[in-house]
Amino acid sequence: MIYADNAATTKMSETARNTMIKLLDEAWGNPSSLYTHGQKAKEILEKAREDVAGVIGAAPREITFTSGGSEADNQAIRTAAELGRQKNKMHIVSSAFEHHAVLHTLNRLKKEGFEVTLVDVHEDGIIIPSEVEAAIREDTCLVTIMYANNEIGTIQPIREIGEICRSKGVIFHTDAVQAVGHIPINVEDDNIDMLSASGHKFHGPKGTGFLYVKKGIRLTNLIEGGAQEKGKRAGTENVAGIAAMAAALTEANGKMEETSSYVTGKRNKLIDGLSKIPHSAINGDSSNRLPGNVNFCFEGIEGESLLLLLDDKGICASSGSACTSGSLDPSHVLLAIGRVHDVAHGSLRLSIDEDITDNDIDYIIENVTEVVEYLRGFSPIWRDLTEGKKKFIL
Amino acid sequence: MALYSDKVMDHFRNPRNVGVIEDANGIGEVGNAKCGDIMKMYLKIEDDVVKDVKFETFGCGSAIASSSMATELIKGKPLSEVKTLTNKAVAEALDGLPDYKMHCSVLAEEAIQSALEDYNNRSGKAE
Repeated sequence: MIYADNAATTKMSETARNTMIKLLDEAWGNPSSLYTHGQKAKEILEKAREDVAGVIGAAPREITFTSGGSEADNQAIRTAAELGRQKNKMHIVSSAFEHHAVLHTLNRLKKEGFEVTLVDVHEDGIIIPSEVEAAIREDTCLVTIMYANNEIGTIQPIREIGEICRSKGVIFHTDAVQAVGHIPINVEDDNIDMLSASGHKFHGPKGTGFLYVKKGIRLTNLIEGGAQEKGKRAGTENVAGIAAMAAALTEANGKMEETSSYVTGKRNKLIDGLSKIPHSAINGDSSNRLPGNVNFCFEGIEGESLLLLLDDKGICASSGSACTSGSLDPSHVLLAIGRVHDVAHGSLRLSIDEDITDNDIDYIIENVTEVVEYLRGFSPIWRDLTEGKKKFIL
Repeated sequence: MALYSDKVMDHFRNPRNVGVIEDANGIGEVGNAKCGDIMKMYLKIEDDVVKDVKFETFGCGSAIASSSMATELIKGKPLSEVKTLTNKAVAEALDGLPDYKMHCSVLAEEAIQSALEDYNNRSGKAE
């Protein structure tokens, strides 16, 4: 099996796995308990907090552990909205290709009376900071822009956007779920007020994540209950999972440069190979993207059938087609960068990691090329295109 | 549980009656690229019997499997029987489709009915 869906989830690293198993045996006490066994768990939890904070340049007290990226996004946005509401600032700036954890939360807030402006993400999938600046109003309480897009991998000018938000006194949140552990992030240098991350996107366990919140911003609870996480996120802590996440992040951070340069090389090879398929196009800027992200549209075919046939060849990938999203519309990300429905249905995302080899890349290129050609062979759209009854888009 | 039944996967992996009939006397195309499914059916009808049928489909796994199964169900059958083919029959013959994929079997039924209509129009048998 060639696993090329690391943007969906990653396999736990050996370090993370060993950490988790060891702690499930040795530190299963409740960190809120007074006795030594509980306090040992508490120590492990706080060490994990220090480690996570250290990687992104934050202070440990600025890290709140959550169940994952979605919860962190929800809590960050709810927090800024609550602070805004108190000052009668009910406007939020975001972008059209955010993750649904952000977009659906914003939709909920709209029903509560908030106004939302979505800035353009352009054909290359990169937001222009001056357009964010232009969208900010007197009553803007939050700017939330993702660090790197989950489908097309494009990296946003976060530092510049953060600087604008600082100068305007607006809270800046970034959904960095795809970026943390993959590219260098420093919340101070990047002018970030709140940042969401998810453990299973960097070889940590599922069900773990964290929210960075700059000192001085008072969090709004999503989950009420006990006094865990300074009373801002109730529920007995997933100590083994959190420590495993911290171990995975520390490991990823330690070898980031090496991993990044290796994976980027393989990614570029994959992009070159797939570009040779006629009437195909890469989605998003070809170089300013996450090291492991490749996303293409192939005209005349539909993504789900492509995925099923690649699965038969042992390749795990994903698509933004309607049939894989469970609705009639293809990926909102591909539509946001201006892909029309007809071609957005024929998309393929391959997200690779450091386990990928040159042979794997060759195998993927060979098989994607073959499967696309096969599906086009009995596609009525492809027939119309090749017979000149319809114009090629790509 | 797998997404699709073994039968769906079999018809998806090895679709029957794929292609074009150059001298078809009934052609039907339904669906649109916007929604991600297009089916085109080619019928060769002689003496009120479907002598040959072929299809082309742009769509997901269940769309391809539904097209394939539909062609199997009507090949060699008299028009009186073909007219009564329902999407339910297609889905059942595939050992079922997930709820949100039932529209694929509907498209298969519509594609065949549309091809029949084309045949009737061409042969002056419009009802």
